[in-house]
Amino acid sequence: MVSGNSASSSSLSMKSDEDIVNNNNNLRVLVVDDSPMIRKLHDMYLKKFGLKVQVAENGKQAVDLFHFGASFDLILMDKEMPIMDGEEATKELRTMGVTSMIVGVTSLDSPNEKQAFMEAGLDYFFTKPLTTDNISFILQELNKKNNKN
Amino acid sequence: MAIAALKTQHRNLVQTMFDEGMLDNQFNQLQDLQDSSNPNFVDEVITLFCNDAERIITELTRHLSYQNVDFSKLDSYVHQLKGSSSSIGAHRLKLACVNLRQASDGWNKEECVEAFYSIRREYCHLRTKFQVMMQIQRRIVSLENNQQ
Repeated sequence: MVSGNSASSSSLSMKSDEDIVNNNNNLRVLVVDDSPMIRKLHDMYLKKFGLKVQVAENGKQAVDLFHFGASFDLILMDKEMPIMDGEEATKELRTMGVTSMIVGVTSLDSPNEKQAFMEAGLDYFFTKPLTTDNISFILQELNKKNNKN
Repeated sequence: MAIAALKTQHRNLVQTMFDEGMLDNQFNQLQDLQDSSNPNFVDEVITLFCNDAERIITELTRHLSYQNVDFSKLDSYVHQLKGSSSSIGAHRLKLACVNLRQASDGWNKEECVEAFYSIRREYCHLRTKFQVMMQIQRRIVSLENNQQ
């Protein structure tokens, strides 16, 4: 399930895998999730696309990274995490003026909870599990956004 | 020859797990991520999954042993297990988690206990199959390394 601004899951144009990896070499991604398994999984998915990946175990770690001057093109944010959850972290990051694309990735069932998470400042929301099609879509949108700026 | 036979055995085991509904397509996605530069990726993810699942099952056991069950804590743990089950492609375990969440929403301890027993059964069955799968995979990797 995908929610967000003009969301669609159209396939990539006819680029070779090598072209896709090369185009993504300069994109930095932050994976924020308290599950070591999910962090490892998403890290591998993203590296297959040629992305540079850093991980954080909770929302506070993610926010602290930005406080210390780190920057990322894309943040994959889980919702339920200890210390600081994804919704709070997203609000905090937007309040700080962070304009990175933030994509919520969670297994939330409740439409109200999903809505609240989106309203915290997400660009898109995906239901777990993340798939390679989801990542292709995210990268397409990220490249469109970067081309506009 | 031995490697080919082991690969067939591995493929048949995985197919059986798909046929029984234990795994879904998400597991295929996981396998597709493994390559020669990360030959132990699936093994590592399964190990992390099992560690996490066992931690959660221990917590669920503890919380369900209390006279007054904290259903919101229960729900939180099941939510975590559902998320990781979905992400690894553990289809039946994910469905068992959904049942426990529904029982937890109804604040019915007896139904929660029944649903929890299903989770535990599904997890034990899955873990056994995963252990066999990983043993075969490690043997394949070892033989392939010896060949090089």
